[in-house]
Amino acid sequence: MFDPLQYEFFVRGLIVATLVGALCGLIGVYIVLRRMAYIGHGLSHAVFGGAVVSYVIDLNFFIGASVWGFLSAMLINLTTRKRSIGADAAIGIITTASFALGIALISRTKTATRSFDAALFGNILGVEQSDMYAIAAVTLATFATVIIGYKYLLFTTFEPDVAGFYGVPTGWIDALFALILAATIVVSIQVLGVTMIASAIVIPPVVARLLTNDFGKMMGLSVLIGAFCGLGGIYLSYFVNAASGATVVLFSAALFVVALAYNTARDRIAVMRGKARLHAGSVIAADDSHIGD
Amino acid sequence: MLHPSPHQYEHHEPVVELRSVTCGYGGVAVVEHADLKIARGDFVGLLGPSGSGKTTLLKSILGAADVYEGEVLVNGRSIKDKRPTIGYVPQLETIDWEFPVTVEQVVMMGLIRKNHFFPWFRQEERDHAYSIMERLGIAEFGKRHIRQLSGGQQQRAFLARALVSDPSLLLLDEPTSGVDIKTRDEVMHLLDELNHQDITILLTTHEINAVAAHLPWVVCINGRIVAEGPPSDVFTPEVLKETYNAEIHITEYQGMKLVAESPHYFGRNDRQNHEHETVAGD
Repeated sequence: MFDPLQYEFFVRGLIVATLVGALCGLIGVYIVLRRMAYIGHGLSHAVFGGAVVSYVIDLNFFIGASVWGFLSAMLINLTTRKRSIGADAAIGIITTASFALGIALISRTKTATRSFDAALFGNILGVEQSDMYAIAAVTLATFATVIIGYKYLLFTTFEPDVAGFYGVPTGWIDALFALILAATIVVSIQVLGVTMIASAIVIPPVVARLLTNDFGKMMGLSVLIGAFCGLGGIYLSYFVNAASGATVVLFSAALFVVALAYNTARDRIAVMRGKARLHAGSVIAADDSHIGD
Repeated sequence: MLHPSPHQYEHHEPVVELRSVTCGYGGVAVVEHADLKIARGDFVGLLGPSGSGKTTLLKSILGAADVYEGEVLVNGRSIKDKRPTIGYVPQLETIDWEFPVTVEQVVMMGLIRKNHFFPWFRQEERDHAYSIMERLGIAEFGKRHIRQLSGGQQQRAFLARALVSDPSLLLLDEPTSGVDIKTRDEVMHLLDELNHQDITILLTTHEINAVAAHLPWVVCINGRIVAEGPPSDVFTPEVLKETYNAEIHITEYQGMKLVAESPHYFGRNDRQNHEHETVAGD
């Protein structure tokens, strides 16, 4: 059972997957509650465009892709404010255009030798020491930002139109959120890939939401579930000999099914207990009605 | 009538003043050339049909609607210079009731303006929030999810959030929309109590008999301010026709002017009713 732990690259992969799972679980709470689940999927595609552009102009991947992702997120925010364009349409237009730009550049740049497969599908076991530091730094910075801005982020997510009336600088909060979201996606792409990242952002908070009605608890649970899915998924991938990113996603999806089944069963039991109480009440009432006979 | 005090701006500095305000969204004017003064201690209803601009006017005071002409002043200062401390209660119909927040969390949101520096709320702020919740009779529901409250309790939770920052002005957008008669009366009496505690109240409503007729001062809106005054003066067929674009009959009940509903017969019973009327008239 502990065989895989003898490989240094695997241990590094486990640490990185746990961190990325926790990070995506944290950010995902805000994404899911804002009903913008599609943004994780879309923004990862946009960041891919940024990654290719960075490569073509010989810029550091993390800087280029982060700036590109941040600008895309801000552009989505601005476009969404136009009443005639919904968030889903804005995400669809901006992110696919950015992705298409990346693809077009790859096909035009004849000298391109770098493989972008890792960015598309993830390569967790190929993560280097420097990637691990970048992931740890972004995770630390994001947790600090969310803790410090907790009450602002909560209000802006709950009632974006009203928060400003109560003194919340909603424009700044949106910009800050776009920044940490872009950074999260950039560091997660290395691990999970463009195509898998949406599930890491969406599944943990959805599972947490099925288990609690409290925002604080939902955040805590989502972080734990994300970390558990990252850790469990990678560990499992060793034994089933399957792609690491895909195994993490399937492991998360399986957990979602279990949580959904639990939630459904809990609701059914609550309804049955309610009916039983009503029935018991009517039996007692019927018995009482004989008292005066 | 809930609060028979007169509209007092003749004698007091207005809390809210609109000077020939034209406002709207995205370059489209919704309300034009509105002049309005609301004095400290007033309890005013903005009355009008859907799309008449009453919410837009409310939002112009909050700084959330575009003001194309004129000036909005709160406590004598233009809202362009400084965003004022106003308690705002949104329409309950706009709330996402599936959002995972408890009553306590909602009420504490109102304290953000007072606590910008700390990421968490201090014990005295928590105590203050609970004292407001106690005053509104919802302290025992603090840990409940907002969906687990009745309509009246939900309205109280959002009122508590508005009151927790101790505002002198309270703006409410359709506070009785979508609630039953009992809850509506409960909400209106609660607002009356708050008004007696020196809180100036401005609310929007489209309900003439149930809400506006009971207020001390009403402003009728339909793209512009049609008329303002006590309901007894303002509720005339002419003013209401101009406000609602429809013939409206006025009746009096216990000294209060109310709108008389014209009887209509809809559906399959129409013929029976018609026949019944014909027989009765024979």
